[in-house]
This record gives sequence, structure tokens and C-alpha cells, in this order.
Amino acid sequence: MKTNMVGAINNALELSMKENDKIVLLGEDVGKDGGVFRVTEGLVDKFGSERVVDTPLAESSIIGASIGMALSGLHPVPEIQFAGFMLLSVSQLLNHAARYRTRTRSTMSVPMVVRTPVSGGIKTLEHHSDSPEALYSHIGGIIVVEPSNPYDAKGLLIKALRMDDPVLFLEPTKLYRLFKQDIPDEMYEVPIGKANYMRHGNDLTIVTYGTMAPVVQEVVEKKNVSADVIDLRTINPLDEQTILESVKRTGRALIVHEAELSFGVGAEISARIAEKAMFELSAPIMRVASPSLPYPFPGYEDYYVPNAKKISTAIDKILSV
Amino acid sequence: MKKQVYSGAIDYLQVMDENGNVDMQLMPDMPDSKIVDMYKYMLFARNLDAKTLSLQRQGRAATYAPLIGEEATQIGVASAMRKDDIFVPSFRQHGIYLARGQPLEDYFIYWKGYEDGAKSTKQMNALPVCVPVGTQLPHGAGVAFTQKHFKKDAVTIAFVGDGGTSEGDFYESINFAGVNKLPFIIIIENNQWAISVPRSRQTAAQTLAQKAIAAGIRGVQVDGNDVLAVYKAVSDAIVAAKDGPTVIECLTYRMSMHTTADDPTKYRPDSEVEPWKDKDPLKRVNMYLTAKGLWSSQLEQDTTAQQQKQIDGAVDKAEQFKPDPKGMFETLYSFMPDTLKDEERSAVENNFWM
Repeated sequence: MKTNMVGAINNALELSMKENDKIVLLGEDVGKDGGVFRVTEGLVDKFGSERVVDTPLAESSIIGASIGMALSGLHPVPEIQFAGFMLLSVSQLLNHAARYRTRTRSTMSVPMVVRTPVSGGIKTLEHHSDSPEALYSHIGGIIVVEPSNPYDAKGLLIKALRMDDPVLFLEPTKLYRLFKQDIPDEMYEVPIGKANYMRHGNDLTIVTYGTMAPVVQEVVEKKNVSADVIDLRTINPLDEQTILESVKRTGRALIVHEAELSFGVGAEISARIAEKAMFELSAPIMRVASPSLPYPFPGYEDYYVPNAKKISTAIDKILSV
Repeated sequence: MKKQVYSGAIDYLQVMDENGNVDMQLMPDMPDSKIVDMYKYMLFARNLDAKTLSLQRQGRAATYAPLIGEEATQIGVASAMRKDDIFVPSFRQHGIYLARGQPLEDYFIYWKGYEDGAKSTKQMNALPVCVPVGTQLPHGAGVAFTQKHFKKDAVTIAFVGDGGTSEGDFYESINFAGVNKLPFIIIIENNQWAISVPRSRQTAAQTLAQKAIAAGIRGVQVDGNDVLAVYKAVSDAIVAAKDGPTVIECLTYRMSMHTTADDPTKYRPDSEVEPWKDKDPLKRVNMYLTAKGLWSSQLEQDTTAQQQKQIDGAVDKAEQFKPDPKGMFETLYSFMPDTLKDEERSAVENNFWM
């Protein structure tokens, strides 16, 4: 089927719900409206309102009730309308979803996939464009996944729904309808915890994911540089092995993400490269990210999100060393 | 135009007064032997509580939240619950775990500070202790969602304190359960104090039970020191659960500290505590059973001695427990990520854990 990311996620949900009758979708407007981005469009007609549940407008209980459902035999897929609103359920995610398994020494588990749109680039209102992947990866216990294309979105979601763990599935709104891809009609898995080489090269490793993956790809193509471009796909657990293998070969590492620069995924990756591949580096590690300040109103969006120029300049700089 | 569009009321229920007199019209249908069993569990809970407090004071247990004074609320609920019903605690309901068959050594391992003690939680049809106040309630609503989804003949019973009813998760949970008509029963163990803040500073509402009204669900207030009233209210709520949730506010009193980390004399006058001694939940049942010839001081002594022996045996077993720090790493996910394996291996290879 030729589809965009919205179609791919919808298809993964439908096939997974057919395969596993324990899967229940819940959230604000996920029923008749099909979610504000129409990702769950049509599913309530196919599976009924007992498996596609419109909830009261209350994020903490959407996640909290999902945890209870997961603990007692269902496989819930809560949708939080925007990542900015998910902060109201951070207590449930980090105090409970992340800890139930270890708190009971694996006698209980929370099989659940939390879906939420992330990142900007589509001129939305405040709080609709955040990139919170580092926050949810920090303490451990929650698997954090972020696809950058329709093929990965479908395969990662199918895999996530077959796991006995809480998975945070971040969907970049900018990529929902940006492009279509030919993807298999049937079910297939994309491994979780495994990064993907989008491109192979010799002079430089660029680690990226989410909204920045297509931008990086385009810049590298245009500049005609010989670079490994690695799409993380999974933020936590991090595929350290793939990153180190590439960096040790190319000797240069650039990390590109839309989330804020400070204390982020780029910092984590830089630290690991510095700890384990320092003497194989020919240049200092570099990061391209949004500035260390909260995502602005849509008017200032283009001044905030890293663009091709910023990435291109970083590439020139790291290759000049 | 102006007209009244809603009016509500909250009933108060007491079956046995503080002198052991029973209102026969409200008396639940049960043999006296069941009341004897309930009394024995209340006694057991009190003995267990005293032992844990003593261990904590000797540095042999972690921070602990005593239950003394609240036995009737806990054992009343436990006695009305059926095996398949799911229990969702806060952090003070040791009496319910006890009545649901928690292996005592696990209880002590848990309160020594090891997650390993929570391994037997699932077999009790319960969730583990929950520390962040009120956050367990959405889990309870979710469990009740599953019960309804699979049409199970079971309910979920979750606990929260008086302070916890100020939390957003309390309102969100009763709202979610009300909308979905879930078989969910919320017990408010109103012991009048949230650490140092009295019930009067939590809310201007006259009762906590009336919060149910705004969620469109049943609410009732009971004498939480009357084990029969609690039993009856919970039994009624279980029957009603097919039509939706109930909030039961149990009026009781925290006779001791919030936890071993605070001193109540700093914020609470003795004159307030004193009258509650007459309302003791065990005393009245003792009087009732003694008057019926079903209990005696000899039986009390023998039962206590037997319970203490069991408790001491469990403490000895728990002292033998050998912690395994690998458990922290190996139970985080359903699989071991390579990066976590590296961290664990580094600790083992360098002998950081000695």
C-alpha cells in the first residue's frame, strides 16, 4: 500500500487489534472524530466503542487507567492529544508505568503503548510542538520510540504492541502527511532498540531521528558528502553499538535533533561517544538542536527549529577539522 | 425562570456503637463466628503493627506508616471482599494484605526496604503499595475497566486517605469510573489527618463522601471504627457495582503518627486524641463478643500469643533474606538492553556491591 505516516499507523492499529483482542484504544476524541490528526479514523466503526473509547478530558487518568488496564489483562493504547498536555500525566508515566515491573520484581507488567504527536513545524499553538523524548528516557523503564517514515511507523508500532512493556510512541506531526511510501499490506515488525542506517558514507556520522531525519537526508544529498546517516528510531534503549561502530569508522560525529540542545539526547550520545570512542575521533563531537528555551509561538517557529542551513554549516565545520 | 435542578444527600451508617450495642435492623446477615474471625484479624493487624513499629525504632525496618486505630476500616473491607475482587492499596493498609493472605515474611522483607517482598502481591489479587498520594486510584479505575470489559463477576476496591481526596487523580478517577459505570469502590480511610494537616484544612466540603455526588455516583459515610458498618457498606457497594461505582467514606482516627518520620505531638493536641480511645474499633467488638460468651480475656491472651509467635517466626525468616542488586537491572523491562547489561556487568566485575 502507498501511504503516509497517518495511514501507516492507522493500519498498524487495525491489524494489531484484529490480531489481539486485548488491545483497547482510549483517549480524547479517538472515537467518531478519529483523533485530532485522524490517526484512529474509522477504527470505532470497525471495533466498537468498547475497544475505541472516548475518555473524559483528563490526561492523568487516561494514562493512569491505562496502567490499571494493562496490569489486569488488557493491552491499552492511550492517545494523548499533544505531547505538551502529556505533562499532566508525567506522574503516572514516570512514577508508575516505568516502575511497576521492577517494583514487583517482574511479577507484574504494564503492556501499553502511549501514542502522542510531537515536535513542530506545522505552525500550531503553544504547547502543541514539544519534543519531550529526553524527559521520558531519563529514568528508564519506559521504551521511547520515534519513527521518521511510514514504513518504520507501522513496523515499530506492531512490534511495540507485541511487547510486554510500556512504550511511548512519539509521532512527529510534521511527518504525518509529508510524504508517502510503499509499505507492505501485511503485518511486519521493525525492531525496537535498533537504529537504522539511512545512508552509508566514510567521512562523517550523523545521528538523528524524527523530524530532523528527512532534513538531514536532504542536506547530505545536496552537499554530496560521504556520511553515515543513522536514524535512531528508538531513543530508549539507545542503540549505542551502531553509533559507536559508525563513529569509530568515520572519526566524526554530529548529532541532530529538534529537541532543545541542553541536557538532551544529543548530550547523552556525545557522552557515550566521548567515553568509548574518544581516541578514534578526528574532530570534536558536534550537536545541532533547537535553542535551550521552550518552543515558541508559531510566529517564531522558523527561527527556532534547526533548518538545512544550520545543519549544513555544522557539517562544513566538522569536516574542516 | 429559576428552579432547582439538583439536590443530594449523604447517609451515615453505624451498626455497632462504641459500647458494643448493635442496631439489629442494620445488622448484616452473618454468623457470629464471622465476627469472631474479623475480631481476630483486627487483633492480628494491631499486633503486627506494634511489631513493625518496634523494628523500625531499632533500625530494622524502613519508614513505616502505622495503622493503629484504623483496624475496623481495613478488616471491614477485607471481610466483605471476595477472592476475585482486586485490592488497590495506598500505603497504610497492612491489615488488608494480612487478611488477603500475604506471607508475613514478605511483609517484613518489603518494609525492610526490598521490592522482593512485593512478589507475592499478585497472588493476593492486589496491587502493590503506592506512595504518591492518590495516584493509585486511576489504576483501580483501569482494573475495574478490565473487569467490566471481560464481564467478570468481580469488583475493584481502592483506598485513599482524607488528604488524598484533594488530589486531581481522586476526582479524575471517580469521574472516569462514573462515566464508564465501572465496578469500582473507593474507600476513603478518613483518619482526620494528612501528616500535620487536619481534615478541616483539606476541603470546605462537609463530608468527603459528597464528592461522589459531583461525579454522579453513589456516596456514603460510615463509622469507620465500626467493623460491621464498614462490612455492610462494602457488601452493599459490591452488589451495586454492576450499575457503577460507590465512594465510601470511613470516619476513623489515626491514633499514632503519620509515619515513623513525624511526631504528632508537635501539631496535634492530646485532648483531641483522648476521646477517640473510647471509640476504639477493637474494644466495642470485644464487648459485643464477650457479652455473647464468644470471647474472653483468656482467649485474647492465647490468640495474641499465637499471633506474636507467627509474627516473630516471619521476622526471623525475613532477617535471613539476602538482597540481590541484580534484580534492579533485570526486572526493568521484559528484556535486558545492552546498555543496561554493561552497567550491571561493570558493577559485578569491579565488585562494587562487595
